Amino acid sequence: MNGISDEEVKHIAKLSAIGLSEKEMSSMKKHLSAVLDYFKTLDKVDVSGVSPTAHILSAVNVLREDTPRESMPTDELMKTAPDSDGSSYTVPRVVE
Amino acid sequence: MDIIDMTLCELSAALKTKKVSSLEATKACLKRIEQTKELNNFITVCEDEAIEAAKRADEAIASNGEYSPLLGVPVAVKDNIVTKNVRTTCASKILENFVPPYDATVVKKLKSAGAVLIGKTNMDEFAMGSTNEFSAFGAAHNAVDFTRVAGGSSGGSASAVAAKQAFGALGSDTGGSIRQPAAYNGAVGFKPTYSAVSRYGLVAFASSLDQIGPITRSVDDALELSKVIFGKDIHDSTSADVLLPDKLSGEVKGRVIGVADEFLNGLGEKETAAFNGAVKALEKMGAVVKRVSISSFNAALAVYYVLSSAEASSNLARFDGVKYGRRAESYTDISDLYERTRTEFLGDEVKRRIMIGNYVLSSGYYDAYYIKASKARTVIKREYDEALSKCDALLCPTAPSAAPKIGEETDPAKAYLSDIYTVPVNIAGLPAVSVPFGSDGKMPLGVQVIAKACSDGVVLDIAKALERARG
Repeated sequence: MNGISDEEVKHIAKLSAIGLSEKEMSSMKKHLSAVLDYFKTLDKVDVSGVSPTAHILSAVNVLREDTPRESMPTDELMKTAPDSDGSSYTVPRVVE
Repeated sequence: MDIIDMTLCELSAALKTKKVSSLEATKACLKRIEQTKELNNFITVCEDEAIEAAKRADEAIASNGEYSPLLGVPVAVKDNIVTKNVRTTCASKILENFVPPYDATVVKKLKSAGAVLIGKTNMDEFAMGSTNEFSAFGAAHNAVDFTRVAGGSSGGSASAVAAKQAFGALGSDTGGSIRQPAAYNGAVGFKPTYSAVSRYGLVAFASSLDQIGPITRSVDDALELSKVIFGKDIHDSTSADVLLPDKLSGEVKGRVIGVADEFLNGLGEKETAAFNGAVKALEKMGAVVKRVSISSFNAALAVYYVLSSAEASSNLARFDGVKYGRRAESYTDISDLYERTRTEFLGDEVKRRIMIGNYVLSSGYYDAYYIKASKARTVIKREYDEALSKCDALLCPTAPSAAPKIGEETDPAKAYLSDIYTVPVNIAGLPAVSVPFGSDGKMPLGVQVIAKACSDGVVLDIAKALERARG
């Protein structure tokens, strides 16, 4: 078993912006350990001298003409937000 | 012949000759959805919109102009593909109330072709799952046996098509999410070449693997839906023009079909017999079967879970209670708002995948997991390309077994195994189709045809031959 510590689980939860109760902590720890253990299968593949593949397309930069075109109306987009003043998203104050 | 028993192509022909109206076909689907609603295949049924669209299609048909084979045909769309003014939830509580202000490119194309959007189908939350049991709206049920899973993640689409609630459906496939549920329900599921279909408006799970494709009752139906949704799109820079044949011949004479020994290791007796039946059927029709080897096959699942979780952890960062969906009731500051919203409204499996993704990307583990998996991806892709350089297509089962019972698999890590045959295809960006062939005595099984990138017509042609041989 890959030993993942309580501290590591807490750290990853924080990075993920996910809160875990004590009970969830323990089941998440168990699950992560099992999955990380399974990931050892990766060691069976010889990857020496192999470059990583991020995506399979040969395209690197896809360029287009920089011509203005109509975008979606702001008020339409704002309608999907939980809280907005009609032109901006409303969130708690970040800067004092 | 009852309208709902028709294939998409049969309905299209009946509409053209005015033997059936789109309104009749649409009402037949709506009635069927109502009669079989316990299958739980739809998160949203677009009854009023569908009736209106059907009336417009009938007017267009009456005017006798040039029109698409999809004109007036009721189709369903997976609920992670955005639809203007129709709620799109991704089967998640966090998007329970999300009504998109635009149509995904594929939806726009379906609508332009005159197709009738009958509803939005159930799925595993954010497409993460292999049984549909991770839906926040309850599991979709299997169309063949109610006590079994519909498969995942496009379980609602596959079960809806098999249960004759729609004449075709769109799904999305990141690691098998179109093909595996299609196999579980006895339907055809086609994952096109990576880039062949625009993902604009598909809620992203793992962007280097995600692909939209059709689920249908026949291979010809899959071709017709593909013709409409394929093509380069200005809104998706990863999209490209991939050619499709106008018609499928179903001829396999002289085609070389590769079978890897690794595909059959550990496969059950009935499943092996069904698979060998498909191999023999192709041989009988003149195909040549060749043994190949894919030594990295057993590592593909681990590669898939590292890469897809890593990409998901980044893609799902946008669900934070600010731009769309729901927000927690109370919070102290902005970080607390993010955390409480995600904690309350994301499901357990989604949380697990985000956590795994952030772990494999985090400082100290990035090289050991993410980079190593990306390198193994290169090896897998190379091996599939190498095998496919010696044959026209590879043949393997779609899944190790038929659909399991609902609630049977409680260990999420074990449930991943059902995708062992499908994930390498996404890792390598290839086209593949699952076509029903044989059974385990009770439930349908699927066989998967895989070809080189951009050989989408080849996989469909071979699938059609198998469909024909099956009778």
